[in-house]
Formats: sequence, C-alpha cells, structure tokens
Amino acid sequence: MAVLEIEERCEITNEAGHVIEELVVNVGPSHPSTHGVCRVIVHLDGEVITKAEPVIGYLHRGIEKMTENRTYLQVVPLTDRLDYVGSMYANWAYCRAVERLAGVRIPERAEYLRVIVCEMQRIASHMMALGSAAADTGAATMFIYAFDERERIVELFEELCGARLTYNYVRPGGVSFDTPEGWTDTLLEFTRKHRPVLDQMDKLFFGNVITRGRMKGIGVLSAEDAVGWGASGPVARGSGVNWDLRKHDPYSVYPLFDFDVPTGSNGDAYDRARVRLFECYESCRIIEQAVAQMTPGRVKAEGFPRLLAPRPGDAYDHIESARGSLGVYIVSDGSPRPYRVKFRSPAFCNLALLPLLSEGHLLSDLVVVLGSLDPVFGEVDR
Amino acid sequence: MKIQQLREHLCETYPELCPLFSIEFGDGVLLVECDQLYKAASDLKALGFDRLGMLTAVDRGETFEMVYRLTSRSMSAAIFLKCHVPREAPRTQSLVALWPAALWQERETYDMFGIEFEGHPDLRRILLPEDWVGFPLRKDYSDDRIVRRPDYI
Amino acid sequence: MSGFLWGVVLGLAGCVVIAIGTLLGVWWERKVSARIQMRLGPQTLGPFGLLQTAADMLKLLLKEDVTPRQADARLFRVAPFVVFAPVAVGLMVVPFAAGWAPLDTSVGMLFFLAVPGLSAIGMVVAGWSSRNTYATLGGLRGAAQMVSYELPRTLSVLAVVLLAGSMRPLDVIAEWRWWWIPLNAIGLLVYFISSIAEVNRGPFDLPEAESELVAGYFADYTGIRWAIFMLSEYGAALAAGLFGAAVFFGGPGILPGPLGIALFVAIAIGFVTLMMWVKWTFPRMRPDQLMNTAWKVLTPMALVQIVIVGAVIPWL
Repeated sequence: MAVLEIEERCEITNEAGHVIEELVVNVGPSHPSTHGVCRVIVHLDGEVITKAEPVIGYLHRGIEKMTENRTYLQVVPLTDRLDYVGSMYANWAYCRAVERLAGVRIPERAEYLRVIVCEMQRIASHMMALGSAAADTGAATMFIYAFDERERIVELFEELCGARLTYNYVRPGGVSFDTPEGWTDTLLEFTRKHRPVLDQMDKLFFGNVITRGRMKGIGVLSAEDAVGWGASGPVARGSGVNWDLRKHDPYSVYPLFDFDVPTGSNGDAYDRARVRLFECYESCRIIEQAVAQMTPGRVKAEGFPRLLAPRPGDAYDHIESARGSLGVYIVSDGSPRPYRVKFRSPAFCNLALLPLLSEGHLLSDLVVVLGSLDPVFGEVDR
Repeated sequence: MKIQQLREHLCETYPELCPLFSIEFGDGVLLVECDQLYKAASDLKALGFDRLGMLTAVDRGETFEMVYRLTSRSMSAAIFLKCHVPREAPRTQSLVALWPAALWQERETYDMFGIEFEGHPDLRRILLPEDWVGFPLRKDYSDDRIVRRPDYI
Repeated sequence: MSGFLWGVVLGLAGCVVIAIGTLLGVWWERKVSARIQMRLGPQTLGPFGLLQTAADMLKLLLKEDVTPRQADARLFRVAPFVVFAPVAVGLMVVPFAAGWAPLDTSVGMLFFLAVPGLSAIGMVVAGWSSRNTYATLGGLRGAAQMVSYELPRTLSVLAVVLLAGSMRPLDVIAEWRWWWIPLNAIGLLVYFISSIAEVNRGPFDLPEAESELVAGYFADYTGIRWAIFMLSEYGAALAAGLFGAAVFFGGPGILPGPLGIALFVAIAIGFVTLMMWVKWTFPRMRPDQLMNTAWKVLTPMALVQIVIVGAVIPWL
C-alpha cells in the first residue's frame, strides 16, 4: 500500500478568484506499482491534480563519487546497477566513452555482439515497462505475458554471461565472453516466437476499450516541449519527435542494419506505450540481421590493458537505450582511475516532465502518466 | 554536419564566438567566460541548438568547470559549452529560461557541487535530503562514512 | 419450528453456504486466472490444490487481530459484519429447487436486489472508522458505485418481472419459458455487467484496487476481518450468479428433478467464471468512466429492454 499522510489543507485562490481548499497528498515512496521508490507530492483541487511534484533521491548511492575511487574496469559493475532493468546498454555507453577516451577500436564481432545484447535488452526492458504499465491499470494478465517474454530473454542472458539482472558483460575493449554453442539458434527461435506474442499483446491490451479510455489523451506532451525539456526515447518519439540515435547519429554497426523508427502522433500515454511495443518488432529485425551478418572472430581487442590509463582529457559518448539517450561523460587525468564520470540519465530528464504532464488530470491518471514515462530509479537517482 | 562545417557556420553567424571555439579530440568546444555564458547559450540556441543534452560540473581544484552539451537535430551536430566558475564564489547564470531541461540538472549540480544558479526558480537539493551538509562530488568532501578502498589495484 | 428459530437456522446455513462457496470460489478463481496467464495455479495442497484456500483461511485465523490506534474501535470491528450480513440474507431468497426457496416471500425479487445493497453502508462504515482520509473516500466511492449500478440491475430484472407478472422468485421460475432467453438478451448483458460492478470485481474494482494509488476502504483490516470482506465479495458474486441463473435461465425448473438443480448450479458457476474471465482480461476503469457507464450506457440499455418486453406482453 502507498504510505499516505495528509500534510496540509491549504486555502488558495484559484484562477477564477475563488478561494478553494486544496488537499495535499503524499504518494509513496513505497509504491504498489513496480516503478521503484518515487515519492510524489500531489496538490489536489477536489479530484483534479493542480501540481504533482516528484521527490527523488531514495535510491541515491553516490555512484558517480564511487567511480572516482575505482579503475576503469572496476566501474563496469557500477554501471550495471544504474539502470538495473537495462544493464547491457548502461555498460555499453560507459565502454564506448572509455574506448573513445583511449582511442581504441574493438573487433567487429564484439560490436555485433554488443548490438545483439543491447537489442535483446531493449525488448526485455520494454516488456517490463509495458507489463508494469498494464499492471498499474489493472490488467494483470498482460503483466504476466510480458514478463514471460522477459523471462525468455533473461534465460538467454544467463546462458551467455551467467547473470540474470546485472550482467557486467560489455567491457572496455569488447565483451567478456563469446556466445556458447547453440545460443544464436535459441535466440532466433525466440525472435520468431516473439512477434506473434507481440501481436497478441497488442490486441489484448491496446485494443481494449478500457485501456484506450485510461491511456488516450492522458499526459499529452507536445513536440516542442519534448525537445525543450530534453526528453528522449519513446517519451519524445511518442510526441512525434523523430529522433533515434541509432538512425540519426549512428554508432557501432547500426548503419549496416535496415530498421524503422516507430513514432507516435498524439504524445499521450497510449502513443508512448505503443511506440515501445513497436520498437520490440524492430529490435527483432535488428537481432536477426545482426546474427546473419556476424562472423567468427575475437571478442576482445588485442592488447587491451586491464589497467587502462588513458590520455588526459574528456570524452562523451551516448547510445540509444530503452529509455532514451544514455550518455556518459568521462574526465580523465591520465591515472588509472577516472577523475569524474557523469551519467546523463534519460529517465532523470524524462521524469522532470511529470509535473507538466499530470497537471489537470485526475489522481487515478497519475500512475498512468508515471508508467508512460517509464522511470527506473537506479538511473534517476544514481 | 562535420565539425569544420559547424565552425564555419558559427564563425559566420557569431564572429565574436569564433576565437573561443576549439576542437578537442573530435568534439567542438566553446569555452566562454562565466558572465558571457547566458549570451553565448542564447546565441547557440538561435543558431539551431534546440536541445540541452547534458549539464554537469567538474571540480578542477581552483575552479569548477561547467560543461554543457548542446545538440541540434536540424544540423545533426553537437557542441560543448564550457566555462570556469571560481571556487570561492561558485555562481553562474541559469539556463532554465532557454531550455527547461536545465531545471532538474542544475538542481543536481547544485546538490553535488554547491554551484548556485542565478535565475533558477527552485534551487534546492534534489538527490540528497534537504538537511544534508556538504557537497559530495567536490574533491575536498570528507565524511566519516566514506570507506576508502585500498590503493592496490 | 418457530419463525425466529427458523430464521437463525437459515442465517447459519447461509453463512455456511457462503463459506464453502468462497472456499471453492477462491480456488476456482486461482485456477482460472492461472490458466489465462499460462501458468498452473495451486498444485501442492490437496488434489488439484483444493485445500489451498483452507490453508489460507487457517493462516488468516492465526493472524493478530490489529485495530489501528486512531480508529473508532467499535465501528471498526463491526463494519465487516455489516458488509457481510446483507449478502448472506439476500442469498436466502434464491430458489434452490423447483418449488422451494429458503425464504419464500412475495417480494423476493425486490428483496434480493435491495437487501445486499445495505453492504454499501458497511463499506462507508469501514472506511470512515479507519480514520484514514483516503479509506473514507474509498468507502464513499465504493458506496456510490454500488448505488449507481443498482439502477440498471434492478431495471434489467424488472423486465423479467413484467413477463412473469409476479415478484415472487418461485412464480418467476414456474412461468419461465425458453424464449425468454433471447427476449431478455439485452437485460442479461446489463445484469451481468452491473453485477460485476455491484460485487466490486473486475473492471469495476476501484474501491479496493484504489490501492494502486491510495488505500482502499478495507486497507487497515488484517486477518480474519479482512477475510470476511472477501467472503462477502465472493458470496455476492455467487448470489449474483445463482440469481441470474434463476431469473434469466429458469433456475432449477429448467429440467425436472435433480438434473435441473445440477444445470442451475452449472449455469451459476458459468456466470461466475465469466466474471472471473472478464476481471483478468480487462484493466480497471477510472471512477468517472465507471459512473458514465452506469448512467449513460447501462441504464438506457435496461430501459430499452423494458420497452421491448412491454411491447411483447400484449401478445402473451
């Protein structure tokens, strides 16, 4: 249950000049929904939200400070725990920044493997996002279906690197292990079976009249606001901002693949969730192309030092994660430990939109808006 | 847009910013004085940089180096905007009026470094509790609770 | 046996029926929802997991009975029973055999529709006595929902009453003809949807699943007191199923003898299963959408049903 206290009833004068009594309600930080620890202080005028202010920091662990005390390789497990629903791409963003700083090129097979695991991670993360969004509105069956799909992916990851949640797989210089025998066959079987399940989920959840009533027109974000507020990922693409780093600022081997970028048109919660669903189809396409194009070879750069001491200076690199553009800015002073690492977290920037999006809606819509922004608090709070 | 093209475009439109522009390891960097920050930022926004991607600070000892990364979808370009804020008086101008994305990120920088942003509507701690004393990401931050790892690698 | 004693016996029998019905109903719900969600459901305790609910009840009985300090103790303790009792009483007018109902009154249909509505008072009492603002609001909302959906439910049953010419359930069963089913199709649909709302299940479970955001009206209840709320919910669902089977499908009188009673119970179970299926497929409705559906969609449909029946009656 949500922890509730009534903090104050204050009398304010609303726009029409009437003095009304406003109820201030505290929602969270422990939530029944699976988004994590987020406290929202909601000012209500009757049933309508006048102001919803998120209070974050409940999961702040000081990861950026911790990186200053570790070597470049030792930071990789810390990045796992940032966005714990998407460890693979958090690892990858950091490794790209390190490799840019060190000026290292990694083998092609490693690039392909990184793309494959990142796209699998994207599907897993979107299944989590859609499942919890569905569970928030009460559709428990959709939640179970989504997590079943996520389970297939997590089992594949366990075969690959031994962990189910925090993988520590993408390392500076390449990836840590090559794929076991038969892994790519299981993976292709998964992508083959995943598409009909996505169709089923589309009909079950998005075709439902109650879902439409709950999610259409809720939390509408205009395209200008999306760009001005620094939103990225499905949150921005749901509003029609056609910007995907994989297509418009391509990195790694993405230019070699053929895929589309789904965008929404209305910018409401329904469109954002739908963008996430369609991105899963595209990820399946990318995975199949990558597996077909991948050639045997090394998975770690030759001669890459374990104790890396890169040139003094700074470097920034970013990738398109499931939540948006995840960037890592590293400042190095030439020693084996980074001087400063900054994680530009997409969930943090997207969550800043919550007051804007929930104003004027009912209290029941707050959970729907929060679910459509898809925050993961490991990343928001670091 | 390549870096050279960006430099030419910038020099044409804002010649006074031209000498401040440099290319470091493949990224375009504009290093300005602190009191020129807002002007330079609004010039860049007018140039086409419609998105503030990242805002952070680095503790360089005597100064805090403010790092802003701006991106432009129309030009497909990115640029770093940097300025050095003196440590004794860590104050700079807030860019919230230009990009609302700065709202939370400036709060976070204040929380971690203690840099005050003039013009920010709601400058208070965001990640740490309200009553926290000290600014953790500063290099001289000390706390009994920090466990220093052994120096062997 | 004197009337009072007979009443006590009936009351106890009703409680026992509801208790057993809930035991089986919870098990059935867990199995049905599991199969919908591609998993198995209770497996270990008893054959097919039948003893699972009994184990849960035992666990609940052993829990500490907590009354929050700020709650109004007497009202807090009484509220679950205020919610449960009307449901048990309402079940008594349902005819269980072709010529017999435990409580045979000439206004049986009205009795069944009106008396369980008293649970709404219990919901408000439960929410209010918890001294928790959102529990109170949850209780009020639940009561508003119950009261709103009583209208389409009553109207849909009214169509059958018009056809039968009597409010006595045994008369309705005696008068029932097979072609009442297609004639009352709209009414059956309205009755089904309103029953889900009356029972606080499925897409209409805002008062209790308000706990996605805030505490529902029975949030502060633990152990066996909470179980009594569950008993009343499943009891009401069972009663709605039995009553629907009796009124719209002719009850135990469809076929003669014990076959008729078996078919009657089967239809009721089918009704309840359909309610479960709906619950596990659809997300939850928002309160304003809920009220919209009651007043702007279901009530007009029920009125249309009455008009249809009214047009047909002169030809009977």
